[in-house]
Parts: sequence; structure tokens; C-alpha cells
Amino acid sequence: MKKIYLLGFIPIIGFVIGALFSNKVTPYVLGMPFFHFSIVLWSLLTTAFLGLIYLFDPANKEEEIE
Amino acid sequence: MNTGTLFIFLFFIVSIVIGIWSKKGKEMNLEQWSVGGRGMGTLFIFLLSAGEMYTTFTFLGASGSAYGEGGSIFSIVSYGCIASIISYWAFPEIWKYSKKHKLISQSDFMAKKYESQILGVLVAIVGIVALFCYLVLQLKGLGYIVEITSYGFISSKMAILFGALGVTLFVMLSGIHGSAWTSVLKDILILAIILFLGIYFPVHFYGGIKPMYQAIEQAKPNFTILPEHGMNLTWYISTIILSGIGMYMWPHSFPPIFAAKNAKVLRKNAIIMPVYQLILLFAFFVGFAAILQIKGLQGSDGDKILLLLSKKTFDPWFVGLIGGTGVLAALVPASLILMVISTLFVKNIYQVLVPTRSESQIGKLIKFVVPFITLIGVYFTFKGGNSLFSIAIVAYNFITQLAPPFFLSLMKKNFVTKYGAITGIIFGGVIVSIYDLGEKTFAQTFTHLPQLIKDLNVGMIALIINTLVMISVSLISKNSMSTNKKIDIVVEP
Repeated sequence: MKKIYLLGFIPIIGFVIGALFSNKVTPYVLGMPFFHFSIVLWSLLTTAFLGLIYLFDPANKEEEIE
Repeated sequence: MNTGTLFIFLFFIVSIVIGIWSKKGKEMNLEQWSVGGRGMGTLFIFLLSAGEMYTTFTFLGASGSAYGEGGSIFSIVSYGCIASIISYWAFPEIWKYSKKHKLISQSDFMAKKYESQILGVLVAIVGIVALFCYLVLQLKGLGYIVEITSYGFISSKMAILFGALGVTLFVMLSGIHGSAWTSVLKDILILAIILFLGIYFPVHFYGGIKPMYQAIEQAKPNFTILPEHGMNLTWYISTIILSGIGMYMWPHSFPPIFAAKNAKVLRKNAIIMPVYQLILLFAFFVGFAAILQIKGLQGSDGDKILLLLSKKTFDPWFVGLIGGTGVLAALVPASLILMVISTLFVKNIYQVLVPTRSESQIGKLIKFVVPFITLIGVYFTFKGGNSLFSIAIVAYNFITQLAPPFFLSLMKKNFVTKYGAITGIIFGGVIVSIYDLGEKTFAQTFTHLPQLIKDLNVGMIALIINTLVMISVSLISKNSMSTNKKIDIVVEP
């Protein structure tokens, strides 16, 4: 397993463990209750982390050679 | 007849025409029809696999659940992200193996990986039953949407009949190409409409998103977050893990994987999906906006909230536009479901029983079976009562229980045997079904997704038992398997 793949765990931890701390109405962020905002934020971060993994993913290069 | 009804007709006809046109010049052999010749690029794969996100559920269930259940609806966004992360690694592996062995269904995949036709048939039966229920749900949704948005001009039954006829036609002719091209129109329209409604309603009724949430907070404190009891934090965490694992176990998630032209397409797909599904957020806004505007809708009546609030606020022509989009939201997933049911039935059940048919005969047969499947679907939509709900629950439960042997089969060294896989799936599925059929009211569970998701935390316990049974049976049967293996090698050409 490549080290860069470990980044994939961060958003999962963010959703699962993060919920223990984010289940509250205030403070409102971007007009949304904090709980809603935190889930939106982690969705964006999921895309960011997966994008980062993709950039450094050796599998993409190996397939090009094939 | 009014201008709104015109929109509904127009969108219906346009989608059928696009669906039929999309076959343009392609020779429709089985591989082309079912998995697009494994040549589809990022956009189509994305639209096909996102198709699951934007169905009649976006119009009915997502807003209805925000209205009725509050904060717990956000679990959908969370488990969608977890499923995307898993798919980044799982989909390319599935794709490579399936391309090598020319597989076109989930059942093919399991049967090949575990060298067991019985497991293939089991997976096919579970898939067919669950998909029939899902088809009924889409058709019922179509009926609701059209009847309400045409102000009763088109009855629910007429809408279902014509919708079913149209979708059958383009599925038979164009296969997955029809689903892919109609998805383009569908997703553009849903995006535009949901974004607009999700912003317009909060601004129109409350002066913004924050004032809306504050007004709800005052009227119903803590409604927008997870409650202390019921769908609470424990429920949320177990649900997002379980559904994150189980989301792509649905048989109609597989054709989009097989249709990709390379593995990179599937990785890109996983990257974009979490952001794209945030459109659901705006469907939630619609539901939240309705809480203080239309009071007292209970249970599955809440699913009509987006349509009712739109009728209260907009002119009939715009309501018709929403209705037309709703038609597409039902037809596109229905087309994929029809394809997958007929493929599973003909290739993974019929061909196993009657193995003499050639590949091209099977290809033709799969298309000819489609109208009969539609007929059965329509019949259940009109006649199916509570018994259907209980069948649906059993099928849904079994779907998630496919996950442990499925994901373990992707590993390089898989210790699970076919006996372990089969007994595990049956144990897990039976346990969770007994619990659900005993404890819950089925009607509520079926029409109301969060209610369904609610049940899945029992699914977590079943999933653990499933895994334990699978491991122990695998270890016990391993010795006998290794002696059998010699015979297998001799038999295989």
C-alpha cells in the first residue's frame, strides 16, 4: 500500500469522529447550522484529498505505460 | 390543458427521442448494449453513476425527509462521500477484472471470483427482487409528480403507463447509451431546478438561509441536528459506515463501472462525486423552508412537500417545468434498472439453467425480456400492497450483506471460500430481515428513505455476524476446497 493512500482515511475520520463534536446548531457558518456546515466542509475536503491522492497515484502512470 | 402540461409532454418526448437517437450507428451486440462496449469517457460514467443521486428521490424523498426528520437527512451526504472514497480503489479493480473476463453484471463478477454458479444465482435473485421494488418506487414517484404538477390533467396511472412504454422502447433499442444520453438532459435540468428552488424558497419566505434556520430553531429547537433519541449520533455513525460500504452493492451500480474506457475515468469519478452530490443540500433547503410554510404533513405525505410548496408559490407553467424534470428523474434510473433486471434474469439465471444458448442468442433474449419486466413492474406499481413492502425490506437488507465477500474478493489473497460467502450472506440477510419484519411498519420504511436507513444500523450487527460466519465457514471448508481445486482445473477448458 502506498503511503499517499493513507490520506483517504482523513475524510472518513472527519465524518465519523467529527460528528461527535459537530452535532450542534451554533455557531452558524455560511448561514447553516454548524452540523450542516461541517458535513458540507468534509464533502469538499473529500474531493480535495481524493484529488491529491490522484495526482500522486502511481497506478495512473503504470496504466499509461501499459 | 395548460402550458405546464405541455412542458411535461415535451420533456417526455424529447427524452424518448434522445434515448432512441443515442444508438446512432452502433452495432448493438450484448457488450455494446449492456456496458457501452467498455468505451465510455469521464462525463458519461460520471452521469451514469451520479444518476443514482438524482432520481425521483431528489424531488420527493430528500426534501420530504428534511421536512419530516430534520438533521438526520444529512447522513446521505456523509455516506455518499465514504462510498466515493471506497470507490476510488474498488472501482478500478472491479473494472480490470471484468474487462479481462468480459463480465457484464454483478452476479457475473461474484460467480467468476468465487467460481460458483450458485453464488451467482443467489446474487442475481437478490438483485432482481430489490431492483423490482426500486423500479416500483420510481414509477410511483413518476405518477405522483406528474399528477400533482399537471394539476390532475394527467392521472397518475396514465403517467406511469406512458412513462413505462417510453422507457421500454429506448432501453430495447439503445441500451446503456440511451441511459447515458438522457442523463445529460436530466442532470442539467435537475441541477438548475433544485439550485433555483433551494435558494429561492429560503430567500422568498425568510430573507435568506440563515434567517430560515433561525426561524426553524425558534419554532422547533434542535430540529436541524441529530436528536437525543431515535436517529441520534450512534445511529448516524453506524449508518454512514454501513451505507458507505453498502451503497455500491446495488446491481445497477455496476454497468457504469464496466462501461468505463479505463481505470482513470473511475478514479476521476470518485473525486468529483462528493462535491456533485452537494446539490442534495439544496433539496434539503427546500424541505427546511417548507417546515413553517406548510404545516402538519405526516409520514410519507411529507414526500410531496417540494411539489406542494412549488404549487403554492409559482405559476402553473413553472410547476409544469418541475414536473417535466421529474419525469426524467424517474425514467433515467428506470432505464438502467430495466436493463440490469433483464441481464441478471437471462444471463445469470436462465443461462445457468439452460446453458446451451449462444452469446448472440442471449443478447437478443435479454432485449426481448425487457417489455415483460416492464409489465410486471407496472403491475406491481398498481397492485402491490403491503406484501411488496415486506419483500422490499428483505431484498434491501440482503443487498448490503453482499459487501463482505464482495470486497474481500478484490484482495490479492482472498481466504474466503464460496461456502463461506454464501452462508455469510444468508445469515446476515436473514437476521436483519427477521428483525425488520418483526419490529417496523413496512409502509413507512419503503416510501421514506431515512426510515429505511434507520433500519440499517441493525444491518451493522447483521454485517458483523455475516463476516464472522463467513470467516469461520471459509476456514473450515478450506481443506475440502483444496482437494476440490484439482478437479476444477481438470474440468475447466
